[in-house]
Amino acid sequence: MNDFIFFINKVLVVGTVQGSIYALGAVGVTLIFGILRFAHFAHGDMMTMGAFIAYALATIAAALGIQTFWPTGFIVLPLAIPITFAAALVIDRAFYRPLRERGAKPVTLLIASIGVTLMLQGLIRLFGGVQPLSFFENETKELFRVTLPLEGANRPITFSEPQLLLIAATVISVVALHLFLTRSRLGKGMRAMADNPDLARVSGINTDQVIRATWIIAGSLACIAGTMLALDVSLKADLAFNILLAIFAAAIVGGLGHAYGAIAGGFLVGFSETLAVFNWAILLRPFKDAIPWEVPADLSIVPTEYKLTVAFVILVLVLLFRPTGIFRGAST
Amino acid sequence: MSLIELTNVHAGYGGVPILNGVDLSIDPSDIGVIVGPNGAGKSTMLKAIFGLLEISEGTVTFAGADITDAEPDALVPKGLSYVPQEFNVFTSMTVEENLEMGAYIRRDDFSSTMASIYDMFPPLAERRRQKAGELSGGQRQMVAMGRALMSKPILLLLDEPSAGLSPRYMQEVFDQIMRVNRAGVGILMVEQNARQALGFATRGFVLANGMNRFTGTGQELLEDPEVAQAFLGG
Repeated sequence: MNDFIFFINKVLVVGTVQGSIYALGAVGVTLIFGILRFAHFAHGDMMTMGAFIAYALATIAAALGIQTFWPTGFIVLPLAIPITFAAALVIDRAFYRPLRERGAKPVTLLIASIGVTLMLQGLIRLFGGVQPLSFFENETKELFRVTLPLEGANRPITFSEPQLLLIAATVISVVALHLFLTRSRLGKGMRAMADNPDLARVSGINTDQVIRATWIIAGSLACIAGTMLALDVSLKADLAFNILLAIFAAAIVGGLGHAYGAIAGGFLVGFSETLAVFNWAILLRPFKDAIPWEVPADLSIVPTEYKLTVAFVILVLVLLFRPTGIFRGAST
Repeated sequence: MSLIELTNVHAGYGGVPILNGVDLSIDPSDIGVIVGPNGAGKSTMLKAIFGLLEISEGTVTFAGADITDAEPDALVPKGLSYVPQEFNVFTSMTVEENLEMGAYIRRDDFSSTMASIYDMFPPLAERRRQKAGELSGGQRQMVAMGRALMSKPILLLLDEPSAGLSPRYMQEVFDQIMRVNRAGVGILMVEQNARQALGFATRGFVLANGMNRFTGTGQELLEDPEVAQAFLGG
């Protein structure tokens, strides 16, 4: 039984947490692709930037003696989100809009976003340093332990407060995004522009307004995902750059330009990673008397260090068998 | 006063001239039909009016105001609507959402306009929750026209509304155009099926090599032996 709980902790809990982060990042990538038609390479660093903004605000709050029941890094989110999307709007205006106005090709914008990546990483290292920082210097990271009322289950299911808040924040963000895209005028205008930009233009849809809304949403989700990731682990300059490729895999697997696909893709990649690195020998341990052969000590599909390859295996498989993604996405 | 007037318009794509000084004017109650051989610049003319390509010379006035090189999102509120020939519906959105996008610039309650469009195109009312991409060609054309009418235009620009439709649907689309016109909307359309379209046109324009060749009422053009010989296949 304890082996099964170990499976829940290592696969279900971690997979949900990873999937949520990937989903929030991938939605931003997919929306930007749908509207602006380029792969926004700097998205990971936008997430890290959001986390650093939250960290700076949390430090200020701690200096002011503000302490609540909730983690301070989470409490400052309502302030960190607008600062992050304002920064995203400034980045668009300074680097991407001038290129758009000159009719630059998507690949030019992609290269520009790699430049933005380098710039953001430099700025983050300049102001935040290269050491990992923790949101929990002066407060404790609360852990929840749920013991299942089952025979032989004396190990608890464990998850931390930031993990629980992350999942809650993801659910709220996804529902809010769904309502925005299907109910509001601007949200529908955004879908229209992703569907057929020329027709959106002749319908009188204000292109600049839709582009601004896209950065606001993508920037907000990036800030939430980055901050929650930093609360779960620790804050480093390359926090989200390391998972950028998994986020792109999730967006492509879900079908680029397709918001719901990105969410599904995020969880698919998240769970696949945890399932692939899980040591399946642990689940076989209770049955070792019934198994006629020797169970090896390690039965994981890939070693933990090669976790990132899982995203690419899924990506290759999807592109081979369903090239437009699980949901039919916009073509490149 | 004419509803729209083009004076000596020159325009083209990336420096390649397509329109070489065309003139055109229609009244608010007109159905204007532009015909001519392939490559004459018929569709280009509509795009030039709608600000989709740069006009290098000449002027376009609409309802008394100069709209030369105006942006599309500024033209729709002025009462101009445009239905492109291809890709003229949002395929991933429902019929109703397509119509809502046509009313994007409107901040008032547009439910009565939507109801009148469902009256005009009953098949759309049944399929309002269906994705526009799942509809037949004729129904898509209805969605496209309905979308353009949602902004309550006073002039509707139609680029080959009968393209790709069977003769039965073609007549249906032409009937709808006449009905829209009777409701007080001026029409300016490009048409490949010249003979049928000139039959109900109040103004006809024959275009060749980016210049006007003949202008008159639809009937006059149909009866002109030279027009019939050169452009209507005898």
